[in-house]
Amino acid sequence: MRYYTYFPGCSASEGGAKAYNWSARAVSKVLDVDLAELEDWNCCGSTPSSSVDELGAYCMAARNLALAEKRGLDMVTPCSACNVIFNRTNTYLNGYPQFKAKVNEALAAGDLEYHGTARVRHMLDVLTTDVGYDAITSQVKNPLSSLKVAPYYGCQVVRPKFGFDHPEYPQSLDKLIASLGAEPVPFPLKTRCCGGSLIISEEDVALDLMHKLLDCALSNGAECLVTVCPLCQTNLDVYQNRVNKKFGTDYKLPVLFFTQLMGLAFGLEEKDLGLKTSIIPVEKVLAKYI
Amino acid sequence: MELKTKTDTFIDEICAIPGGEGIRLCIQCGTCTASCPNADKMEHTPSQLIAMARAGMRREVLSSNAMWYCLSCYLCTVRCPRGIKQTGLMHAFECLAVRDGLSYAGTFTPTMYRSFNHFACALGSLPEFGFMAWFYILSNPLRAWKMMPIAWNLFRRGRLSIKARRLTPEGTNQLRAILDKAESLGGVS
Repeated sequence: MRYYTYFPGCSASEGGAKAYNWSARAVSKVLDVDLAELEDWNCCGSTPSSSVDELGAYCMAARNLALAEKRGLDMVTPCSACNVIFNRTNTYLNGYPQFKAKVNEALAAGDLEYHGTARVRHMLDVLTTDVGYDAITSQVKNPLSSLKVAPYYGCQVVRPKFGFDHPEYPQSLDKLIASLGAEPVPFPLKTRCCGGSLIISEEDVALDLMHKLLDCALSNGAECLVTVCPLCQTNLDVYQNRVNKKFGTDYKLPVLFFTQLMGLAFGLEEKDLGLKTSIIPVEKVLAKYI
Repeated sequence: MELKTKTDTFIDEICAIPGGEGIRLCIQCGTCTASCPNADKMEHTPSQLIAMARAGMRREVLSSNAMWYCLSCYLCTVRCPRGIKQTGLMHAFECLAVRDGLSYAGTFTPTMYRSFNHFACALGSLPEFGFMAWFYILSNPLRAWKMMPIAWNLFRRGRLSIKARRLTPEGTNQLRAILDKAESLGGVS
């Protein structure tokens, strides 16, 4: 058994990406990965808080890091935005002692102190690096033979450089897909941004970016696309019909969390996977494997 | 690394922000601009913005729409041959623009970020439905109407939670105390 502190993030815990939380927990159980949720965690602040009030944003992240540090285990999150915020906070706090002192002055108001030692990792990193592809393959009961999958990393899981995979040409998700028996298709835009939260304020800008991603995945023969981020999944799944409307296309590309794809190969049930929460139906493409 | 505390000029102000000091290293090669998925939407490209900041054009930089189109995808940051953290610079420009009341720039992104931050700070979690409804009311109520089909689709599939996740009362108070203290300390620099 491997033990971690778990930080689900707002979107996967109570938001639109609950299926990510369910499936991440379910596949972790199968792989003997113990996820103990960080008690009383708060929103990491994500990109918006860093863009409004930097010190406040670092303090929001640092409260979680201080709580995680007390537990002494690596903290794993399924959310790319949480991952980037925590790692960036660690980089800056450890790189600038005066700044760390300032954040600690704020944390002291809540009787907390952060020393800068909580290591935060993305779920994709933990499952591919710590657990490994062979252990994943050994749990496959339902090989996803001949399923063509576009591996979509998005931007914040590999950038800036946190070390577990290449920032522009990552391979971990490709290999993970192959270890489930499926076929990762070539996907040149695999780390191109989906538009992120600009879907809310600048919808046309984000739809344009999504159109390029969907077009790239489909023209490379993908039958479905997997993501490692709640926001990428929400954008590409929920707004796909808006892309169709804007660009006169007829895309119906199912968009899954990578943990849903793993759970499917492990033979887990719908209640653990939440496949029915997808807006673009997945049943037709996955009928052979369900 | 040592933080500068002198903030006589705009460039000093930026250098005092953690990660901001790299701005002095820019050679105007344009790699950041060529890498940016949204450079064509910006009034000033990322490399122009850096050149303007170095020329002391504080007001022009902070009232530009450029940083509000930054997606925080960090492609510029990983490609910069001088190791400048442009994404961090964009965040710094945004925060300074908010502080100086210059953050309108013809886009609703600042309003959206502020709505997000408001909920995240007040509740300690982000209620997606409440945050988006609040944002549309502040920015463009007509768009709230256009969002109805999306909201309905999410609701039907159990993906729309009206109720926010709450921290324990102790957790809420702790976060409040930390953020109040941070506010009294007045920013990163």
